[in-house]
Amino acid sequence: METVIRQAGEHALLVETGSLEVSHRLDALLRASRPPGVAEIVPGPETVLVSAPGADLSRLRPLLSRLLDTARVPVAEALAPGTTVTVPVVYDGADLDGVAALTGLSTAEVVERHTGRELVAGWLGFAPGFAYLTGLDPALHVPRLTTPRTSVPAGAVAIAGPYSAVYPSASPGGWRLLGRSPLTVWDVSADPPALLTPGTRVRFEAIAAP
Amino acid sequence: MIEVIAPGPYATVQDLGRPGYGHLGVPHSGAADAPSLRLANRLVGNPEDAAGVELTFGGARLRFVAGAWVAVTGAACPLEVVVRGRTVRQGMRAPFWVAAGGELRAAIPSAGLRTYVAVRGGLDTPVVLGSRSTDSLCGLGPPPLSAGATLTVGPSGGLPPPAVDVAPPAPPPDALRVVAGPRDDWFAPDALAGLCAQPYVVSQDSNRVGVRLSGPRLERAREGELPSEGMVAGAVQVPPDGQPIVFLADHPPTGGYPVIAVLTSACLAAAAQLRPGDRVRFRLDRTVS
Repeated sequence: METVIRQAGEHALLVETGSLEVSHRLDALLRASRPPGVAEIVPGPETVLVSAPGADLSRLRPLLSRLLDTARVPVAEALAPGTTVTVPVVYDGADLDGVAALTGLSTAEVVERHTGRELVAGWLGFAPGFAYLTGLDPALHVPRLTTPRTSVPAGAVAIAGPYSAVYPSASPGGWRLLGRSPLTVWDVSADPPALLTPGTRVRFEAIAAP
Repeated sequence: MIEVIAPGPYATVQDLGRPGYGHLGVPHSGAADAPSLRLANRLVGNPEDAAGVELTFGGARLRFVAGAWVAVTGAACPLEVVVRGRTVRQGMRAPFWVAAGGELRAAIPSAGLRTYVAVRGGLDTPVVLGSRSTDSLCGLGPPPLSAGATLTVGPSGGLPPPAVDVAPPAPPPDALRVVAGPRDDWFAPDALAGLCAQPYVVSQDSNRVGVRLSGPRLERAREGELPSEGMVAGAVQVPPDGQPIVFLADHPPTGGYPVIAVLTSACLAAAAQLRPGDRVRFRLDRTVS
């Protein structure tokens, strides 16, 4: 397979991985033994950005190419990078009925399908600690709200398109709210501050309202 | 301690930001014109990464409760220090002493946008994820400065004495150098040449996230959406309207619009000094590959 490593300015290389799984494996390899000068490793669905101000990119490029070859080899699921987090959810979200109507499911079936699969934190964006959770049951793929809410509380559990998410802090938001979790997914005093880092496997679990 | 009497149009505390958290959705942040903050710190004997004040369009008044060495860099403002009714003019890029009770007044810069005030000892404001910077995109760090806010100054014992009288001004480049890519192949073959052919005008809604430009539309060669990918400061991102945005310090760490080119690091500081209405040219740098 052709290796595409693109220049992203004087100090960064964008590695095309072609898939989220390869992005996660390359991300894990780079974090396990960080090449000198690398300041940022940012995985995306089909890329990993490697920022290395001050490093010699002509040396980094062949190293990334070799690591990418390693990352392309699938590994047994038990050896895949990432921990597993169970996210408890009170399924009483403002859009639960709307999602049921959109999908032709009952609200109980929506909850069943949301809790029925293990999701994987693909990458983070939109806000600090906001993980795009991939692997959502296709029956739950619904469009974003046409008019986003001006404020969604921290802990809101939502879906949009092929993704689910737990809002890490209060923010505007256009995703459809299924419920809320008491779990803190973003805490600037924690290390790491985000609970759901790229590669983390996530299982939602329905709980009764406290 | 420093008391903010007036912050001007927009002022924040900035150091060199919080690198290393991009994969968690945290912007790099830090001084938009980092070389200017580094210089201001060197002039007062601070480590280069000490926190200072980033002014936007000047207009600030800061009262020093205790005397302090101060240096001001970046966009050149007329500077005055008022102590007990006496006004003394001061110069840019040179350390000067502000006596206890003195008020530093920075007027509006004649050119450029962002001015940096470093204080010997650095600003000792709370640290969030390794940085004192205000992140305007997601609200990390302290809120922007407001009248009545106070800033603690860190200890200056053990710092080397200010050793430079005045630093020479660095003239702005005649054009912003860009390195092609990473997604230049998403654009029509002549789009890079088009970016560099005509000047662009800096739009009013520019901020610490990015410099929004208006000018010749950059046409795409392909339809569809780019999967979200990591972004760097200086990236020239092109939304579907074809009008480029140059990312500055508070840019989102990932984005879904293709980046046609990235500014050289030497030109990133110049981009951070562009003010609404300025005209700016790009020039392709072919030495990086």
